Amino acid sequence: MKPTDFTLKPSLLAMLAAATLLTACGDDDNDTVDETPPAPVMQTFTVTVTNLTANQPMSPVILAAHASDAMLWNAGEMASKAIEKMAEGGDTADIAALDVLTSSVNGAGLLMPGASETLTITLDETDVASISLATMLVNTNDAFTGVNSYSIAGMQVDASSSMKFMAYDAGTEANTEAKGTIPGPADGGEGYNAARDDVDFVHIHPGVISMYDGLDDSVLDASHRFDNPVLGVTITRTE
Amino acid sequence: MKRTLVTASLMAAGLFSLPTLAADIEVSVTNLTHGNHFTPLLIAAHDADSHLFQVGTEASAALQKMAEGGDIADLDAAVTGNAGVTVTNPAMGLLAAGASVSEVMLDTGDNTHLSIVAMVLPTNDAFIGLDGWEIPTEAGTYTVYLNAYDAGTEANDEIINGGGMLGAPGIPAAPGGDGGTNGTGVMDSSENANVHTHPGVLGDTDPAGGMSDLDSRVHRWLNPVAKVVVTVK
Repeated sequence: MKPTDFTLKPSLLAMLAAATLLTACGDDDNDTVDETPPAPVMQTFTVTVTNLTANQPMSPVILAAHASDAMLWNAGEMASKAIEKMAEGGDTADIAALDVLTSSVNGAGLLMPGASETLTITLDETDVASISLATMLVNTNDAFTGVNSYSIAGMQVDASSSMKFMAYDAGTEANTEAKGTIPGPADGGEGYNAARDDVDFVHIHPGVISMYDGLDDSVLDASHRFDNPVLGVTITRTE
Repeated sequence: MKRTLVTASLMAAGLFSLPTLAADIEVSVTNLTHGNHFTPLLIAAHDADSHLFQVGTEASAALQKMAEGGDIADLDAAVTGNAGVTVTNPAMGLLAAGASVSEVMLDTGDNTHLSIVAMVLPTNDAFIGLDGWEIPTEAGTYTVYLNAYDAGTEANDEIINGGGMLGAPGIPAAPGGDGGTNGTGVMDSSENANVHTHPGVLGDTDPAGGMSDLDSRVHRWLNPVAKVVVTVK
């Protein structure tokens, strides 16, 4: 409550000042107004993510704020190296370092199937535009999910929005499901590899096949299969 | 018929000016699949009562032609014959996985709803479908994701044999050149003859035999299979 009281004051003052200014303008040419630099007005958002898969732990999520025209990925286009590293190995450091981000926070650890986690991000109101979120389905070669540039501008305090999201294929690593190629607990294999040996465009993931459905050298079993949606997200503005 | 009656009654009541709903829209379609092609797209604006397809109902012969062989001519004729407007084949051919066609302009006139269809290759009778989406009247950019539907008109045997004519069994082609041969055929025990959400293809990893001529590593998909962005001017 206290921060809200504090931040309301400057905006009220500004409104009063503006009203005075308008009145003054009608009377004479003296439009000098004492201007105190406005204190930064902060807005806080919570983002609750839920892993909707059967047996696909998700790598620690990254929640990022950025301008409304920034996109972390585009379906049908090549994945950036930052997206490739996240999708193949769960490493979000390169995403966090992207110039387009105003700020970012990470989840505490793996988001296990069925589990939920709430992340909080606080932004100067001049920086409130759009948010994105990304996480790898770790028992895959390069499946990921997340939120791609969702506008939070204009959300009122206590306003909330719930959505579900699908799994994408980064298209940067062939979906061999083979031993040694999957970083998650189903395999314990390799994460990021700079080679690109798949279609090399981001698309909706076709799902995993598994060893029980005709892909003989797959390390995955029926429980690792998934269908959309794979991620539940609730965005709430709290302050 | 309905439109004519409504117009007539308004005229009789002395209301000569119908509400203006004309809107210019710009449409883009992206193929979101891993390795499937879309046949030439039909993008149609029509009235609220018209449908190219409806889930849970039997496919028309025109829809069947599109879903089994990619032929949109009859669907196009049905829409334009009922005062709808269409754009046919904006990608000028197949739309490959990952590819987009954009800046497709459509003056909707007084048509209020948008439908989009195209066959998914290689499949027996799968198609991408947008069924009667109400075009927003407020200017802006809207994103819609499309699922793959099964026309329910042909058994999904997953045999590539050139069969694209109405009622002919089999799959016309695998445009990516990644289809197999000599598949023994997938047994399709579905008795759902109505349009339904496609169960997906099975495929196998044997290009020279096995049950299916499809490749389970290439031709499977999960929904959604297409992304449509509509900009209302």
